[in-house]
Amino acid sequence: MTDILGLKAKLGLNVFKPSEHRHIAIKPGMEKDPRLKRAVLVCPAGLYTVNQDDRVELTIDGCLECGTCRIACGTDMLEWEYPPGGTGIQYRFG
Amino acid sequence: MIVVGGGLAGLAAAYTLAQHDLEVLVLERGDYAGAKNLTGGRLYINPIRKLFPELWRKAPLERPIVREGVMIMAAESSLSLNYTGAELASEPYQSYSVLRAKFDRWFAKEVERKGAAIVTKTKVDDVIIQDGQICGVRADGEELRADVVIACDGVLSLIAEKAGLRKPGKPKDYAVGIKEVIELDAALIEERFGLEGNEGAACLFMGAVTKGVFGGGFLYTNQNSLSLGIVVGINELMSSESAVPAPALLEDLKQRAEIARLIKDGTPVEYGAHVIPEGGLASLTKLYGPGILVAGDAAGFSMNIGITVRGMEYAMASGYYAAQAALKAREKNDYSAQVLSAYEVLLNESFVMKDFYSFKDAPLALSNPRIYARYPELINDIMADLYAVPDGAKEKLYPTIKKYLNWREMLTMVSDMRKVMKL
Repeated sequence: MTDILGLKAKLGLNVFKPSEHRHIAIKPGMEKDPRLKRAVLVCPAGLYTVNQDDRVELTIDGCLECGTCRIACGTDMLEWEYPPGGTGIQYRFG
Repeated sequence: MIVVGGGLAGLAAAYTLAQHDLEVLVLERGDYAGAKNLTGGRLYINPIRKLFPELWRKAPLERPIVREGVMIMAAESSLSLNYTGAELASEPYQSYSVLRAKFDRWFAKEVERKGAAIVTKTKVDDVIIQDGQICGVRADGEELRADVVIACDGVLSLIAEKAGLRKPGKPKDYAVGIKEVIELDAALIEERFGLEGNEGAACLFMGAVTKGVFGGGFLYTNQNSLSLGIVVGINELMSSESAVPAPALLEDLKQRAEIARLIKDGTPVEYGAHVIPEGGLASLTKLYGPGILVAGDAAGFSMNIGITVRGMEYAMASGYYAAQAALKAREKNDYSAQVLSAYEVLLNESFVMKDFYSFKDAPLALSNPRIYARYPELINDIMADLYAVPDGAKEKLYPTIKKYLNWREMLTMVSDMRKVMKL
């Protein structure tokens, strides 16, 4: 998604603690599955995009760990776990 | 006892257990309790006041809500209803706006003062199962043993899933909430919302705010900020014909004239999202198993009946009753599912399950798309015509309304009304 909604700036307001570990991964072979494309619409952080080859890509930086993609796409599409303790989003207001 | 997750359910369970001198360990994956939690913004105190009598006097709540608003939005117009009442504006207040990072962090300190241990930055990866009995958890490569594990790990509850008490959630049973916290001077908040001193206001938005599908918007006044957000059904969002990305709904809400003037000169300071259980009674998970109890969002304890949207007090109450069941099991030195089923009995006797039974038809009644599309447009069209003074003669009032309500429309309304009347 192009950043017309200013999502980069919005996510930039948050405190994120980085992790080496990608806690959500698209299962191999599912990149073009229509069920996975739902993530593009539902992700509140706009982290899923469809590239030129019609494959869905996921940028993990900025993930709010909400789980919307896991519910919308299902566990056949995504390997989904929470990031390691003490990493990821740390809400200061919540 | 091990509690997985230091949100409201987990902290309430730990608080209650520690009060009875049980050894309890809370494992929280965030840097602090509340680091991973997000609320729309309001905690109702009345149903849980007596469960935690010492808690409320010093609790860092934001503002008592003394003004309730609903705004029914059409594409370019809106109809607002505001309710104020002496009972809302006097102590003990029935509800407060709240920010979770602040509230949970404080609550965690109170839990520690009761004698519970809270370990943060620690993610629980799995449960330990021995001869069918859950007898601990694996966290950061370590095995931690316990008589009872209380899963309060939030709406996805991977722990309850691993314990075999639930399957991954289905889109129709969940909504996603997206919220911005917007800092605004306290004096400006009071002026814009017509509040005296520390009084607070709440407003819900319906109709065009979700482009006519299940969900709505909300605004709560905090001490020095506003919580502004939207909630929309995941099923509706992913299958919406108009294909609006979720974050766009909140951005569109912020751009609306009615909202723009309320947040003007405010500074956004945080952007968050959280999944909300919306399936009601039918989609609650299994609440207990051998050596395990499930509480809060993890169990599905959150309820939307349109006019009120509640979750946190169910979380705290279910944590409390889970602790009571664990205490009973400790007395008998028996942690079987049969003994832990006392949890469900306690919940059934409490407001928690009574509410879930009373409002079991709410998800169906509220899934009607006409509530979000047709009716908001209709009421706004009628208001526009009623208020209009045209160039020339004005039509009589009754025919003005009548022209919008043909027989077919009225019949549909009666049928929709019957569903709502079950609530």
